[in-house]
Amino acid sequence: MHYGGKIITGLVIFLGLVSMPFWFNIGGSYEEPKVELPKNAKVCVAPTQDMRTNHMKLLDEWRDMALREGKRTYISAKGDKYTISLQNTCMQCHTSKEQFCDKCHVDASVTPYCWDCHVPPKEAK
Amino acid sequence: MKQSRRNFLKFAGLSAAGLCIAPTAVMASGGSSGGAQYEVNSNHLQAKRWAMVVDTRKLNTEEAIEALAETCHHIHNVPSIDSNQDIKWLWSGTYGEVFPEQENNFPSEAQEKRRFPLLCNHCEHPSCVRVCPTKATFVRPDGIVAMDYHRCIGCRYCMAACPYGSRSFNFMDPRPHLDMDNINKKFPTRMRGVVEKCNFCVERLAVGEMPACAEESGGAIVFGDLQDPDSNVRKALRENFTIRRKPAAGTEPGVYYII
Repeated sequence: MHYGGKIITGLVIFLGLVSMPFWFNIGGSYEEPKVELPKNAKVCVAPTQDMRTNHMKLLDEWRDMALREGKRTYISAKGDKYTISLQNTCMQCHTSKEQFCDKCHVDASVTPYCWDCHVPPKEAK
Repeated sequence: MKQSRRNFLKFAGLSAAGLCIAPTAVMASGGSSGGAQYEVNSNHLQAKRWAMVVDTRKLNTEEAIEALAETCHHIHNVPSIDSNQDIKWLWSGTYGEVFPEQENNFPSEAQEKRRFPLLCNHCEHPSCVRVCPTKATFVRPDGIVAMDYHRCIGCRYCMAACPYGSRSFNFMDPRPHLDMDNINKKFPTRMRGVVEKCNFCVERLAVGEMPACAEESGGAIVFGDLQDPDSNVRKALRENFTIRRKPAAGTEPGVYYII
């Protein structure tokens, strides 16, 4: 192979640079963010694991149902009825945006624009 | 066992059929919501076609309309911005402004002095809905022209299309112009870059309440079902001479004015 040595060194350097983030994080430990769970409620509209993975899908479904279909009552799999509202239903239990929503969103660098319109509950200072 | 061509084709056919059926089966088993259902609120108000009749013999002063507008703007968190970037859901105008095509060169004194309340007309054939590229604005089955602010991209085609100037654009974040300690916590604000307008109080109808302006007006504004011959709206239309704004635009407004 012509220039074999140069090509292979180049490739090694390139791969090293590309995988830099992985080298930097080797051995580091990831700590799951500790969200504040509601004190005044025991059950959510869906099981915890389901909410953890699918809350964004549920919220998306909720906004279409409430706004576009006019169906503002949600009947959970357990048969409980909830009024569809991020501001008025979700945030009645999860009373702190900073201690609940932001904890994971900041960690995962996700910035949904929910709170540009919806009014988060007042944070105690 | 030796794989025969016949066996291979059988297996391939079955796999293809399975691939076709699998996604539908997954969807049918509930998907993300896992057996949850949605329904309309039990106490919501229903109509085939919501409409409004404004009695301008009773409601015609700047102050009276301003009071209604204040209530409306407060419960919907509409900011007041002291410039041409202001946002309005309910406002007032003179006869000439409201009915430009039906103006007379020698109007009666009463007519000349009167102010007329203005709001989104919730038209039967809304031109704003026709031009909206994202379907952010749409007609509900009950005739209300609603806005889905999640989908609005702020192109303002609807503003250009609306013959009544009923839509306002949020040129800036409205929150600095709202008294955030004193807003209606039950209703969201809007964000920068979306168009907004009166929504016939859909959120109040959903919980069994009449629109705020109709409730506050002391009978000067009647709200009801246009398709129901026995409704209060039809009664008001039957007993009085009414006109609508800009009939030539062909949008069939849902707001009628008793002159």
